[in-house]
Amino acid sequence: MKRKISGLVMVILMLFTAKAISVAEVNPPQVGGVFPEIELLKPDNPAELKYLGLSGSGSFRINQIKADVVIIEIFSMYCPYCQGEAPSINNLFTLIESNPAYKNKIKIIGIGINNSLFETNIFKKKYKIEFPLIPDGDFKLHKIIGEVRTPYFVVMKLKGGKTEVIYSKLGALGDNKTFIEQIVKSSGIK
Amino acid sequence: MKKKIILAALIICFFTSSAYALSEAYKKNIYNPGDLKPVDSLLKVKVGQAAPDLTLKAVSGKIISLKDYYGKKNVVISFVPAAWTPVCSDQWPGYNIVKDIFESHDTILLGIAVDNIPTLYSWTNQMGKLWFEVLSDFWPHGAVADKFGVLRSDGVSERALFVIDKKGIIRYIDVHNINQRPPLEKLIRELEKLN
Repeated sequence: MKRKISGLVMVILMLFTAKAISVAEVNPPQVGGVFPEIELLKPDNPAELKYLGLSGSGSFRINQIKADVVIIEIFSMYCPYCQGEAPSINNLFTLIESNPAYKNKIKIIGIGINNSLFETNIFKKKYKIEFPLIPDGDFKLHKIIGEVRTPYFVVMKLKGGKTEVIYSKLGALGDNKTFIEQIVKSSGIK
Repeated sequence: MKKKIILAALIICFFTSSAYALSEAYKKNIYNPGDLKPVDSLLKVKVGQAAPDLTLKAVSGKIISLKDYYGKKNVVISFVPAAWTPVCSDQWPGYNIVKDIFESHDTILLGIAVDNIPTLYSWTNQMGKLWFEVLSDFWPHGAVADKFGVLRSDGVSERALFVIDKKGIIRYIDVHNINQRPPLEKLIRELEKLN
């Protein structure tokens, strides 16, 4: 009986420790830091796969995207602010894709927090979004990146398989041209 | 066996939390009540029954009755527990961008909360212009929620969805875990069945 109780106490202590560690790890990405290694669902759209420089199905990591710089928009189709920002992010995408100096070097993806694929597809269709939107239906990624509010933008430089965060901020990006100049300068791409 | 059950319960308690993705649209004005008992009421209606009629004042100033839609439109009623709380604040804005899907199924949406009109006005203003009516079930407090059997013991409603067809018959009920948002695809599938 005594052994059974002490076993249970041990388990409770382990759970407390595990919980404390999981809480302590929750922090938004920091500029200068490394973006957490997260597994994302590959888009099933061939054009989007090609845009990211990927093939096949399953999951991928950010450092596998064929680009020098990756912009991640953390959003939700249920977020009114994200809905309002959608046209501006589309404009950012157009500015990048229409400039030969940035096209193929800077890529954008959206991660839909607590959104199913059905829901990210609704958002995509509603706002005619051309870059890939990846669902995070179970908050798995949201927890890893610090449970940020939406929309949240993270920009990272990819080099040698590493992902260095060069921008990490809650809320609208502001003027898109100024934003592009800022990330081009921070990333050192030419 | 008993030990295994205790262990399972402990693990669930420690690692189940009501995560939510909160829009910056609400700034820091959202009150987080924490994890609540998933369901805290007993349904008084069931699928196949006639829906109880309701008449409530909307934020728009209109007086809305369920019977106004009989023979004309299918109706989805979305009860949300409380204004200015996390999950509720990120539910109706999603419905706000799928007006076309509702319309394609000849369906309108009524949002209902037990908060008063001024509170609902301030809160829903943060969501942008809503295409659907938001009704206040404030006084007699929660009377409509109670008719459906979704009034919780603390005076807020459940997070519940009711699909009512043009004949006024309840076709679908989802009294959802209050800590989680109901998946949109499930609701849309139910609307598809109405055709």
